[in-house]
Amino acid sequence: MEAYISLFVKAVFIENLALSFFLGMCTFIAVSKKISTAMGLGVAVMVVQAITVPANNIVYHALLKEDALSWMGITGVDLSFLALLSCIGMIAALVQILEMILDKFFPALYFALGVFLPLITVNCAILGGSLFMIERDYNFGESVTYGVGSGLGWALAITVMAGVREKLKYSDIPAGLQGLGITFITAGLMSLGFMAFSGIQL
Amino acid sequence: MSAVLLNDETKKVLITPLVNDNPITLQVLGICSALAVTSQMSTSLIMALALTLVTAFSSAAISAIRNHIPSSIRIIVQMTIIASLVIVVDQLLKAFAYDVSKQLSVFVGLIITNCIVMGRAEGYAMKNPPLESFMDGIGNGLGYSLILIIVAFFRETLGSGKLLGVEVFKLTKDGGWYDPNGLMLLPPSAFFIIGLIIWAVRQWKPEQTEKVEFKIMSIAHGEGGHH
Repeated sequence: MEAYISLFVKAVFIENLALSFFLGMCTFIAVSKKISTAMGLGVAVMVVQAITVPANNIVYHALLKEDALSWMGITGVDLSFLALLSCIGMIAALVQILEMILDKFFPALYFALGVFLPLITVNCAILGGSLFMIERDYNFGESVTYGVGSGLGWALAITVMAGVREKLKYSDIPAGLQGLGITFITAGLMSLGFMAFSGIQL
Repeated sequence: MSAVLLNDETKKVLITPLVNDNPITLQVLGICSALAVTSQMSTSLIMALALTLVTAFSSAAISAIRNHIPSSIRIIVQMTIIASLVIVVDQLLKAFAYDVSKQLSVFVGLIITNCIVMGRAEGYAMKNPPLESFMDGIGNGLGYSLILIIVAFFRETLGSGKLLGVEVFKLTKDGGWYDPNGLMLLPPSAFFIIGLIIWAVRQWKPEQTEKVEFKIMSIAHGEGGHH
């Protein structure tokens, strides 16, 4: 249990996908102008991350890993080079299915999150989470923890960023730094703040 | 041959992404997977090369079949083409540059979701013939490479006193004069350097400056702003 809590804290704070691996930066910069939209996107990323990382974990361990097909009587086959294709296909398909389910059963949630869902397919934080899961060889339980934790960390980062930017628009910023420039510097300072967590061990 | 290859359109799509329409500093594309690899020059060069090749070939391939793709499934088709190219790059790296591929870890795979590749496929290759799309891919790849190389140059020289592994500044611990700035090797410095590059580019090309949302009014009456 302790290992899972430690992994969770690590995924949320220390190895924050946005601020220490620069994943999902395009949407992180583009959609962080307002707290409400940023939070919506953050929640959507968290939900998708929590579903896709374990799903990719199952596919990888059951089909792609070296000798994974032995349950079908096929041995000596290593399909792990297909991991990239299967991960992105899995993500695209799951996002599509999630969109349909939300549309059918939770219309209110669909209207709140719907616009962000297509954006998520090409969000590198999602694919990055799955690829890290494969690289670090997480088992199923760890992959669930990592999926939820890394999604939460990303959501936290973009919400905080939006909060800073909402105040920032009233500041007197040099013309050349206006907009994108100052956003990057702010992200840098936030990243510096998150580095303070790196000493924490559970 | 070169005169045929480089007509005005090809020249334009090759040159403008370098500064005037840079994918990173102006279009805000492809920052995602890039910054994490810039703490060393060698990894950045490999990453830049990989991305440029993938963008160019995927744009050319998508443009070649653009009239046959039904628009409702175009994203999936584009993604499959891009993912296949990335797998080729990934396998080549693993075969011929294993150490670098270990250092780049997941970031080679993340070229799939790099918005530059998708953005150029969707924004340019779907509407233009293969050769121009190929050049557009090369141009945007080079614009991205330029930023990556600048960032890596500052991070590696200031952070470890080396460039491509060759000593530039002699470090204090080896009896030299340069005390390395460890912050440069950590993630925040990449954000700062990109921010400063954007500032420099916009100082040079003021037309790229963004509009201010809220103008700060100076107090017209009362000299020097006494309250």
